[in-house]
Amino acid sequence: MAAAQETATRTLISPARLNRSGAKRIYWVLVIVTILLFTFVFLGPLYWMVTGGLKTGQEIAQVPPTIYPQHPQLSNYVTAWNDLGLGRLLLNTIWYAFGALAFQLVFDVLAAFAFSKLRPRFGNVVLGLMLATLMIPATVLIIPQYVTVIDLPIFHWNMLNSPWVIWLPSVTNAFNIFLLKRFFDSIPEDLLQAAAIDGAGPLRTLRSIILPMSRPIIGVVSIFAVTAVWKDFLWPLLVEPGTNTKTVNVGLNAFAQGLGQNVVVAAAAIAAVPTIVFFLIFQRNIMSGLTVGGVKG
Amino acid sequence: MAATTVAPQAPSSGQVTEYRTSRRRSRMRRRIADNLTGYTFLLGAVLCFAFFSWYPMVREFIMSFQHTKRGVTTWVGWHNYTAVWHDPAFAAAWRNTAEFTLLALFGGFVVPFVIAVVLNEFRHAQGYLRVLVYLPVMLPPASGLFLFKYAYDPGSGVFNQILHALHLPTSQWVQSPTMTVPSLVIASTWLNMGGAILIYLAALQNIPGELYEASELDGAGIFRRVWHVTVPQTRLILSLMFLLQIVATMQLFIEPFILAGGDGVENHAESIVYLIYQRAFSFHDFNGAAALGVMLMVVLLVFSAIYTWLSPRQD
Repeated sequence: MAAAQETATRTLISPARLNRSGAKRIYWVLVIVTILLFTFVFLGPLYWMVTGGLKTGQEIAQVPPTIYPQHPQLSNYVTAWNDLGLGRLLLNTIWYAFGALAFQLVFDVLAAFAFSKLRPRFGNVVLGLMLATLMIPATVLIIPQYVTVIDLPIFHWNMLNSPWVIWLPSVTNAFNIFLLKRFFDSIPEDLLQAAAIDGAGPLRTLRSIILPMSRPIIGVVSIFAVTAVWKDFLWPLLVEPGTNTKTVNVGLNAFAQGLGQNVVVAAAAIAAVPTIVFFLIFQRNIMSGLTVGGVKG
Repeated sequence: MAATTVAPQAPSSGQVTEYRTSRRRSRMRRRIADNLTGYTFLLGAVLCFAFFSWYPMVREFIMSFQHTKRGVTTWVGWHNYTAVWHDPAFAAAWRNTAEFTLLALFGGFVVPFVIAVVLNEFRHAQGYLRVLVYLPVMLPPASGLFLFKYAYDPGSGVFNQILHALHLPTSQWVQSPTMTVPSLVIASTWLNMGGAILIYLAALQNIPGELYEASELDGAGIFRRVWHVTVPQTRLILSLMFLLQIVATMQLFIEPFILAGGDGVENHAESIVYLIYQRAFSFHDFNGAAALGVMLMVVLLVFSAIYTWLSPRQD
């Protein structure tokens, strides 16, 4: 591995070959074309979304379409905000997302720590049962899950239209537990033994030693957790039906009926702002997080 | 040190046993205490799994063999299964979902891999391009899908405008029975491709450069190098993504829901999950919906089993 780092890492096409003038021209043409094409394909619709929200109702339906709004109307955005109750929708979704994140971080970290370091009797069985749920994607279980949350066994709790119905099921993320456990496994036992000798109990060890070391993996898990809630559609559609408890995706779909195209597009643009901003801030963590599930080769 | 002249008395067997037992007892007590601590740490996650994962799994099986009406539950054997089987929408839903899955394999699997291979060669603009492809992934799905909904409008939608400007035949998109699923695939691919591209890019960067050098020295052209070095080296991630792609696309719901109102023209957009949703919440047949859920679960488990059986575990 070290040898590969020393020589210039080469890929499919060697640097030497690229430097020949003929190849260089082809390369640059390809790069420029790709940049233009990708900008058009990936950025284009976003541009369309933002400018569409600024157009009048007639202009947006115009044939052929205008590239730039003739008389930009910011009022569409205001209408969108009000008519679709975007403030409420965004607030709800953020509340659900960060609450889910908190519960996942607490419960899943504790569990992963127990599996990895405390290792109680039958811990492996429990871990196996949790990992087995990875084979069965959540969508398949929405019906019994719905039936369960409208009348939770033992407690007889109807969880609909409350944040709990998003928060608690989100903890059942065996992938996060797997990632956390794998990370904790890589922390050497000596550190924990040293802490134990110094008299630290498991909770103290977790808090003062493990967690500070775990920032990268916690970052990854956090990003996955927040993104999952933000992108979820079917489950919130079922369990947050109330007007005041809807999430952004569900609300956008529900309230868009009968509103003009320009207003809906403005609403879509507003709804996209939090996640895009989130992405731009945490870009590097998100990109590196994608490789952490890390199956090599 | 003054040697004690008195030899230490060998403890009597009774004393030894008592000593050993008391040590064993305190060791056991400590082990119980340790286990209890471990279980306490597990408690939160286990409770959540129990209520929202394991219990629903069992319950779905049970519900699929029952029928509940006005609070009265009876066992009806395979009745629910035969009932949903004979529903005309059943065949349509499976056919649409299968068609979507197959097409989406191209857009969600082959295309991202090819793009990643090409992008990996770029010495410039890689960072910018990575951000670009991932932007749609970060959009709330409803935002992106509403854009597509308007773009797919046969009259004033952008897609037909562009096609018209290029003197190409326009399409009815989601209004046309045959173009419905491809329209869904295009939307879904745009929204999700970025993730796959980035994962493949990361895997490609782990390929040792010597392999390419060696194969080039052996006279292999670009395509042969891709086929004989790139693909085998990324075999594991490719097969994993293949499985994940199939599992994900079989759960198709939001694209047909927003773009085509759930079932689409002549039922051409109806997916299995929509069938489940409709049976439960429009027809109020939760048991039938549970039966459908069990069927989907079995199909997905079969795919996962085939994958696990076919691929040698390397980690």
